[in-house]
Amino acid sequence: MNAVIPFSTQLINLFASVILLLAFAMLAQRRVLTLINLFALQGLTLCLSTLVVAVTTGQTHLYWSAGLTLVLKALLLPWILHRLVRRLEVKWDVESLIKVPTTMLVGIALVIVAFNVALPISQLSSTVSRGTLGIALATVMLAFLMMITRSKAIPQVVGFLAMENGLFLAATSATYGMPMVVELGIALDVLVGAIILGVFFFQIREQFDSLDIRHLEKLKER
Amino acid sequence: MSISGLLWQLFAIVLALALAPILTGWVNQCRAWMQNRSAPPLLQPYYMLHKLFLKDVVLAHGASSLFRFAPFVVFGCMLLACAIIPTLSTDLPLAPTADTIALVGVFGLARIFISLAAMDVGTSFGSLGGRREMLVGFLAEPALLMVIFTTAMISQSTSVATIVETLAHREFVIYPSLAFAGIAFTFVSFAENARVPIDNPATHLELTMIHEAMILEYSGRHLALIEWAASLKLYAYSCLGLALFFPWGIAQGDSFLGLLLAIPVLVVKLAIGGVLLAFIETINAKVRIFRAPEFLGTAFLLAVLGLLVRLLLETRI
Repeated sequence: MNAVIPFSTQLINLFASVILLLAFAMLAQRRVLTLINLFALQGLTLCLSTLVVAVTTGQTHLYWSAGLTLVLKALLLPWILHRLVRRLEVKWDVESLIKVPTTMLVGIALVIVAFNVALPISQLSSTVSRGTLGIALATVMLAFLMMITRSKAIPQVVGFLAMENGLFLAATSATYGMPMVVELGIALDVLVGAIILGVFFFQIREQFDSLDIRHLEKLKER
Repeated sequence: MSISGLLWQLFAIVLALALAPILTGWVNQCRAWMQNRSAPPLLQPYYMLHKLFLKDVVLAHGASSLFRFAPFVVFGCMLLACAIIPTLSTDLPLAPTADTIALVGVFGLARIFISLAAMDVGTSFGSLGGRREMLVGFLAEPALLMVIFTTAMISQSTSVATIVETLAHREFVIYPSLAFAGIAFTFVSFAENARVPIDNPATHLELTMIHEAMILEYSGRHLALIEWAASLKLYAYSCLGLALFFPWGIAQGDSFLGLLLAIPVLVVKLAIGGVLLAFIETINAKVRIFRAPEFLGTAFLLAVLGLLVRLLLETRI
């Protein structure tokens, strides 16, 4: 019943599953600091998975993107976020608009949708890691869900960054990664985005004394 | 079925009876060490059982025959579960008698009896504990079944022995779905064995206790049987977890050497499992009872996720 799947593909599948698991853990997480650590862990897993694809297929540019992932998503961005949390002094701040169990149920529904959508697409692809396309799509949607359900600014940014993780995984699994220029551009975008949003946090807090972005819905000046 | 098979089955049961209290004692010892307390001796559960068996039974006035009957049923269920789960070999006479779904049923039977007995005397603590136990049970059981279905999909059989054979004695394959199922199983076994995130086995604080609230009215040999059954349950869950997720070392067939080798492997695996259990218990705080549905809901979702991942990644369409 088990057609022999090559060992490298098994490893890639395992890492992809861990990424999905971490996406769910982030969805269920209530504390900001743990959330950031989970995000760093997801980046590390993504880097490992890319590395396995690179070793298997011998595509040299994938080594570069794996290194980029490691530096940017597992080290630099979590460090920036940690600094932000320390300076903003918001450690307990995660609040979700929907209750966590409900969010998880919605998450499962999203995973089913993503798997179903990705199945015909992945059959068109001929890469070693085509099975993980569904997981990549699911990670993107779960990150989206996190951005929608969280009311505070920092978890939303983490959701945004996690979404980029999912996109990166999708690119690696479907076509062995994007061209180097595009990848560098996206990496820079994400980095700059995170920094700008960091500045934005301070502005939001100065204006409203809170990082709750529901305050932004009021249009009138007080 | 051969004579030696029967003997080994008998030996496996005796081993379960003997090892279960030691496992409980080991977990308690590790936990005490990790929390910087001086640890009770390893054989403390045995001393406890000895003391309780020597004491007289005191029955409440309103106790019916169900109350006296229940400890024996619970103990019998747990012993049967320990006999069905392949601890030493996949080819023992009792292994084909029940598959994993029936095994979940056996655990369910024990739960129903202990909850009924808790409500039987009519104390408020008893019925409180019984209701909480049923709440935890009704959430934990579907998650456990989903975990089992994930493993059953890999081996195309719900029999524990076949699952172990498929996982341990074929070519080594990484199953990502098993990672999900394993985490879900860990969650479920913490809840089912009245361990820290859901229940604290060490306290009698009325607001939080579940298992202890149910057995408050028991004394003497009844209490001894229930305590022993609780140890057996921990042993059964540990062995089930080991059989499903770390099956290496369980013998195939009933060759003497293989079975002899399986004993130290089992003991080592249980010892490591005990340390991990104590560690997880130490770094976690007990959650409120109203958080229990969330905890077990997460376990259920993880198990479902395992099934989905199995469908997506591991089957070629």
